[in-house]
Amino acid sequence: MTISDNHKPDSVLNKDIVIRIVGVGGAGCNAVNSMAREESGDYVAINTDSQALDQCAVPKKALIGFKRTRGLSAGGDPEVGRAAAEDDLDGLRALCLGADLVFILAGMGGGTGTGAAPVLARAAKESGALVLALAALPFDFEGGRRQRQAQMGLQQLKAEADAVICLPNQKLLKLIDSKSSAVECFQISDGLFAQGVRGIRRMLSGVGLINVDLAALRSVTRDLHSESSFATVEAAGEKRADLILEKLLAYPLLDGRVLDESDSVLVSIVSGPDLTMAEVDRVMGQINRHCEEAHLVFGAAIDPAYSDRLSVTLIASGGHSEPVKLSSSMAIEPRERGEVSVAPELLEQQAVVRTSSRFVAPPPALTPERRDQLISRQTGGRRKKNKSKFQKELPLEIVSRGRFEKSEPTIRHGEDLDVPTYVRRHVVLN
Amino acid sequence: MFSAQSNVIVGLEIGTSKVCAVVGEIGAGGAPNIIGVGQARSRGVRKGEISEPELAEEDIRNAIVEAEQMANVEIRNVYLGVTGNHVRGFNNRGVHPVVSADREITDEDVQDVIKNAKAINLPPESGIIHTIRQLFYVDGHHGIPNPVGMFGARMEVDVHVVQGNVNRLKNSIRAVKSLHLEVDEIIFNGLASSLAMLTNEQKELGALVIDMGGGTTEYCVYADGVIKHTGVLAVGGDHISNDLAYGLKVPLGRAEQLKFDHGSALVEESIRGRQIELPGEVGLPAKTINLEHLRRIISLRLAETFLLIEQEIAERGLLDYLRAGVFLCGGCARVPGIQRLLENTFMLTAQLGKMSAISGLSPALDQPEFATGIGLVKIGSLQHKRKTTGGFAENIKKSIAEFFRR
Repeated sequence: MTISDNHKPDSVLNKDIVIRIVGVGGAGCNAVNSMAREESGDYVAINTDSQALDQCAVPKKALIGFKRTRGLSAGGDPEVGRAAAEDDLDGLRALCLGADLVFILAGMGGGTGTGAAPVLARAAKESGALVLALAALPFDFEGGRRQRQAQMGLQQLKAEADAVICLPNQKLLKLIDSKSSAVECFQISDGLFAQGVRGIRRMLSGVGLINVDLAALRSVTRDLHSESSFATVEAAGEKRADLILEKLLAYPLLDGRVLDESDSVLVSIVSGPDLTMAEVDRVMGQINRHCEEAHLVFGAAIDPAYSDRLSVTLIASGGHSEPVKLSSSMAIEPRERGEVSVAPELLEQQAVVRTSSRFVAPPPALTPERRDQLISRQTGGRRKKNKSKFQKELPLEIVSRGRFEKSEPTIRHGEDLDVPTYVRRHVVLN
Repeated sequence: MFSAQSNVIVGLEIGTSKVCAVVGEIGAGGAPNIIGVGQARSRGVRKGEISEPELAEEDIRNAIVEAEQMANVEIRNVYLGVTGNHVRGFNNRGVHPVVSADREITDEDVQDVIKNAKAINLPPESGIIHTIRQLFYVDGHHGIPNPVGMFGARMEVDVHVVQGNVNRLKNSIRAVKSLHLEVDEIIFNGLASSLAMLTNEQKELGALVIDMGGGTTEYCVYADGVIKHTGVLAVGGDHISNDLAYGLKVPLGRAEQLKFDHGSALVEESIRGRQIELPGEVGLPAKTINLEHLRRIISLRLAETFLLIEQEIAERGLLDYLRAGVFLCGGCARVPGIQRLLENTFMLTAQLGKMSAISGLSPALDQPEFATGIGLVKIGSLQHKRKTTGGFAENIKKSIAEFFRR
C-alpha cells in the first residue's frame, strides 16, 4: 500500500514509481495543459468535449462518451459525464495501466469533471494504482446548483479515490484585485493545481528523515471532511523558517483560519541537507499553535536539489467549510513580522460574503425616529460584533456569591474574599 | 439536682459547620476534666454569625441535649464562644503616675493603670469583649509582668482589647437565652482555642494559633507570654466548598464531599491530568473532574488565607517573635498537606491541633474541631477558680459579659 522509502538520494522523483497525472473535464484539462508546459511528466487529458481536447497540448488525450455526446460537452450535467465515462470504462482502465500513482485533476460542479472523475478514480484503482484526486470547487458566483453538484461529486470522488484534496476557488478571489482579468484568475487556479501536484509528489518521493507516505496522506484526507485544503510554500535564505510561516499564514487557501479549524493536518518539510532541527522546531511549533486540537502528521525529507531552500507542504482537513467562523485567537495573534495583517483580510472577506449573500427585502415604512433608532442599534450591533474579534474579555466579571449570597461580604484590602481566589488571581483552569 | 455553685463548666460554640457543647468538671486541683461533648450540624450560621435564629436555636438545643446525656448533668450556664467578621483586636496603653510618697507601686496603682488603659473611646455600637493585660512599663522600662513592690514615678501598661459589634454579639446571646440557658461570659473563639492549644512555655516562646473553621478563621499571637494580637478573617471551609462548586460546576453538597474525599492543600506534580469520576445518578453518565483543578482551587484559597494572616502579623512586627511556631486547629486542619502549606507560608514550624494545654484529654476529644469548645471550658475553669479563690487569678482577663447580660 505504501510507497517504499528506500529512495535513491539523488533523485527528485522516485524512478521506481510511475506517476500519471490525469486531467478530467475542462478545468482538469486546462490544468494539465499548463502543467505540461512547465514540467515534464506523464500527463493525460480526458474530456467529453472534442473541441476543448484539441486545444490541449498534452500528447495523451482521450475523448470519452463520443457515442453519447458526439464529441460535444456533457453540458454541465454530471449524469452525462458519468455515463460517458462508464461507456469508456475499459479505455480508462487501459489509460491507467502501469501507473503506481494516479493524480486526478478535476473541476467540480460541471458535467465531465464532476461525473467522470469518480468513475476514472474507480478505473484507476481497478488497474492497480493509488488514486489521489485534486478537486477544484466552484466560485460562489457559479451558483447554488453547481455548488450542490460539486459537493455531490466530491462525495462520490471521496468514495472512490484514496485521497481527495480540495481547492476552493472562491478563496482565490482574495489573491486577485479588481483589475485582474478572468484569464489571470484561472491561470492562478491552474497554478495551484500544479503546485499541489508538485508538492505532493515531492512529499511522497523525498528521502524521508521522517517519512510521509500515502497512508499518512490518506489518514488526513479521508473521512467525511467537507474539504481538505493544501498549501505549499517555499522560502530561501537565512530567515527561511520565519518566511515560510509568514507565507503559510498568508496562503490563500489556508488564510490561517482553516488551520485553526482543521481536524487533521499533514505537514511535510522538504529541504536540503542543511536543514537544522531548530528550523523544523520553529515551523512545527508555529503550525502546532494554530491547530492544537488537530491530529498532526509530520514528515521531513532531505533533497539535495533543495539546498538553501525550505519547502513546506501542508494538507489540512476540517469538518466544516462555510460559513467560516472567525477565530478570535487568530485575530489577536501577535505577529512579529506582520506586514501581512490577517485581520483586515478577514474583515474584507466577511464584507464580501455579506453583500453577496444578503437578500434585501423592500424596506417597510418607518418614522424618522424609528429609523434613527434602528440605524443606531444596527451600527452599534455591528461595531460590537467587529470589536469582539479584537477585544479581550473585560476584567469585570460577575461571580455569583453562591453560599454567601445573604451574608455580609468579607472585604480585605479592597478585595471581596467571597469570590474564589483563583478567579481573583486570574488562574486559568482548562 | 445541681446547686448554682456547681463545679460543672460548659463551653458552647455556635460554629458555622457545627454547634458544639463541651462539658467539663472541675477536679480537686482546679483543672477541668472533660466529661461530655454534644454536637449538632449547624444550619443557621454563616461566617460565624447566626443568620437564621430558628434553625440555630434548634441546633443549639440538640447539641446541649446530647452533651447533657453524655455527661449526665443538667446544663444551666454556658461560656459562649463568639466570633465574626466584626470582631477586632487592638492594643491600648494606659498611663498612671505613682502617687505614694516613697514611689512604691502598690496593688491599687496597678488597678488604676489598668483602668486607665481600658478607658477607650469606642463608637457606640462597639462593645469590648475582652481586655487582656500585657506587660507594664515603669519609668519607661519595658517588660515587667508584675510591678507591685517596685519603685517608680510613672507606670504604664499595654492591654489587648478585643471588641465587636454589640448588636451582632447579642444575636448569639439571645439564641442561647431563648433556650433558658444562662450565659456566664462571652469569649472570643480565637482566645479560647489558643488557650486550649498552647502551654505556658509555648506562650513564652511566642506562637501563632490559627483556628480555621467552617465560616471564619480566628488567629491569636502570643509573644513573651502575653497576647499581642488577635483577629478574625471571615473565610473558612465554606469558602473552599463554594470555590469548588463554582470552579468545578458542581452542586455545593457535591463540592463539599469532593473537598473531604479528594482535597489537599498542595498540588503535587503526580496528580497532573488525573480525573475523578463522579458517580452519577442511575442511568446518568458520570461527570469527570480534573483533580489538579480541584486541588489548585483549594490550595489557592488556603494559601491566600494564610498569606493575609501572615501579612497582618508581619505589619505589626510580630513574625519574628513566633519561636514556637504556628499551631492550626479547626476543621480545616484536617485538609491533607496543610501543615506543609503553613510551613511554606510562614517559614516556621507548623503543628496541627493537639491540645497540649489540657491534661488528661482522651484521644477521641483531642481533635482540631473541639479546640474552641475545650478552650471555653478551660477559660471557664480559670474564671471559676478566680471566683472561688476570691479574685486571685485575675491576671488572665476580664470579661464584660455583664454588660451584655443586661
